[in-house]
Amino acid sequence: MINEVSISYLIFLMPLLTFVVNGLFLGKRSAKGAAAFAIVCNGIAFASALFLAVSYFTSGFAPQKAILFEIPFLKFAETFLANIGLLVDPLSIMMLVVVTFISFMVNIYSVGYMRGDRAEGRFFALLSLFSFSMLGLVAATNLFQMFIFWELVGVSSYLLIGFWYHKPSAVSASKQAFILTRFADSFFLLGIVIVSYVVQSFDFATLNALTLSAFQSQVIDLGFITMNKATALVLGGVFIFTGGWGKSAMFPMHIWLPNAMEGPTPVSSIIHSATMVVAGVYLVARLFPFFALSGSTMNLIMVVGAFTMVFAAVIACTQKDIKRILAYSTLSQLGYMMFSLGACRMGDVVIATGWTASTYHIFTHAFFKCSLFLIAGSLIHQVHTNDLDAMGGLRKKMPLTYICALISILAISGIPPFSGFFSKDEIILTAFQGHHYVVFGLALLTSGLTTFYMFRLFFLAFHGAPRSESVKAGHVHEDFFMTLPIAILAIPALASGFAAKDLFEHFFVPDKLNVPQLMMLPEAHWIPYVAVAIAVVALLIAWVLYASPKAKVDRALDDINRSSIYKVIYHKFYFDEIYYAVVRQFVIGGIARVARFIQDYIIEGILAFVVWFVHKLGDLVRTAQSGNLTFYLGTLVVGVLLWRFLGQLPF
Amino acid sequence: MTLMNVLILSFILFGIGLWGLMRRRHLVGMLISTEIMLNAANMNFIAFAYFSAKDATAGSVFSIFVIAVTACEMAVALAIIVSMYRRRKSLDVEQLRDLHD
Repeated sequence: MINEVSISYLIFLMPLLTFVVNGLFLGKRSAKGAAAFAIVCNGIAFASALFLAVSYFTSGFAPQKAILFEIPFLKFAETFLANIGLLVDPLSIMMLVVVTFISFMVNIYSVGYMRGDRAEGRFFALLSLFSFSMLGLVAATNLFQMFIFWELVGVSSYLLIGFWYHKPSAVSASKQAFILTRFADSFFLLGIVIVSYVVQSFDFATLNALTLSAFQSQVIDLGFITMNKATALVLGGVFIFTGGWGKSAMFPMHIWLPNAMEGPTPVSSIIHSATMVVAGVYLVARLFPFFALSGSTMNLIMVVGAFTMVFAAVIACTQKDIKRILAYSTLSQLGYMMFSLGACRMGDVVIATGWTASTYHIFTHAFFKCSLFLIAGSLIHQVHTNDLDAMGGLRKKMPLTYICALISILAISGIPPFSGFFSKDEIILTAFQGHHYVVFGLALLTSGLTTFYMFRLFFLAFHGAPRSESVKAGHVHEDFFMTLPIAILAIPALASGFAAKDLFEHFFVPDKLNVPQLMMLPEAHWIPYVAVAIAVVALLIAWVLYASPKAKVDRALDDINRSSIYKVIYHKFYFDEIYYAVVRQFVIGGIARVARFIQDYIIEGILAFVVWFVHKLGDLVRTAQSGNLTFYLGTLVVGVLLWRFLGQLPF
Repeated sequence: MTLMNVLILSFILFGIGLWGLMRRRHLVGMLISTEIMLNAANMNFIAFAYFSAKDATAGSVFSIFVIAVTACEMAVALAIIVSMYRRRKSLDVEQLRDLHD
């Protein structure tokens, strides 16, 4: 596998090289050069990842794990290492290909989208920093490496959301995203500390091979608290999941993701829909046998995922900002992936289909959601607003974009044979097989809601009469650099479902589970028909409301003369306001005030006392330097006498 | 005349010198007091040489040596005092307090 090793270095080094070269040298001199360099390097990275994937899946080695390279990084003890390496298994290979591909596409797209921006070079540098961090996260061989890159990804997300730092809204959105994910990450770190203390290892292989019964009899004694090691492991698992909870923006830590749409659209496309936000799902999938040890953790994952899925879909039905619709749609899809992992546990046994379904959905979702965001970016670039109020009638002006949008929207709606149908079907099937009937019902309902809000967006943006001056005046056109990636992405959005179905069914199984696994599962052939029927009904409702000849578009876009329920949903259940209120009352008014008191009176008080004491001591010494010779002589004599006679004393 | 008598005398002389050094405000007075203290020490030299040493020559030679060195010191000290007087028109130590804090 010598070729594969050297190629796999390329996957990581190319984005890093782009970041360094563009960030330090090229970016300021020539925006065009920076863009070209970024595209070439990310293209090479994508080609390497693709080559690695092909050789991995065709070599017959496939479902096994291997560590292609590992560089020693930190050595806590002889057997307690944190290395940085590349773990190769179907999941990580799939993610490597997806990340490099999306990154390649988004880099091309950014040439058109960022043209003329005053900091184009910086943009390309940061985009590559993100790719590098995400690849390192995906390739992690142990929890520690994952955490390092997890934070790097968070930083690049922060930098890119706040890319237009002259906009106050972008600055506050970037801070919000950073602080909220940091809040979740602090639990993640705590979880790593607990788990690695119990297990004495960071390695995924070790963690996934654990059984709780081995730790049942051991106790951690911290003096003030004693805890069973098995309980500590479960608690650590919940904390680690909390990291993913925040990063994947699950309810109630979801508010940062819609606000993160303040960043440039290519950033929303790569970071806040296709790759970074699935890191939380990826974390759970990577440590699946570890999480599967505890039924309550799995239930928590399922409930959080399922609730976010419905909650976000409901909000998306009322929004008018197209990027926010897509952001809530991302939340909803992430909820699908998350609950699918959690739904794998039924009672004491575990089924593996949810894992396959979830990873499958990561794969298909990346393409169609990235494509949808790029399309949204194209529209915004032409119409100069995010608002559906000012769109409409774009079908004639942007025909290629229109077709690609239709493909991606059919994919996310789960209409066969588009990609989303296959993965979403598997997820719904998992909920059914796991006997989680409430979640199963919610998943079907959300599938209908998804179709509804996506077609609402589609009809309001592309159909009907133009509502904006620039569309009427005919300024709207399709940019080559922006339409090319959209067109390319339409191919996997259409085909990645059925093309990769065999691959996922063959190779994508979780690691060996240490809990009883149920192999014989009921098949439910009627589910796809029901799901498609719901989707079609939702599509027809959307058509009647927004695109049929009788549709009242003005009424649809009116958000003032509405019932109170609509208003509550339109204002996102007032979650932003609740957050601000909590932050203002509790954090600023409570914790900050206590901290301020401690700072002002206790810490500064101690400091002031030390200063006063040293000052007084100095005064004492200073008054001795009077310049009075007699005084000097007197002290000299007294000193000599004292020294002479005290020396004789018994002490 | 015993060793003790001489030692008491030199102790008194030393005390006088010390007292003068501490009480005098004039630099020349202080210089004279120093000279008295030095002579008290010198007298001890001679007394010990006379009463308890086998050979009294070494003590006598040393005391002459001390006198010679003292004379040199005095010359230097007087030179400094003279130049100080020229500079400040005063030799009162109460006023020479430039180095206090």
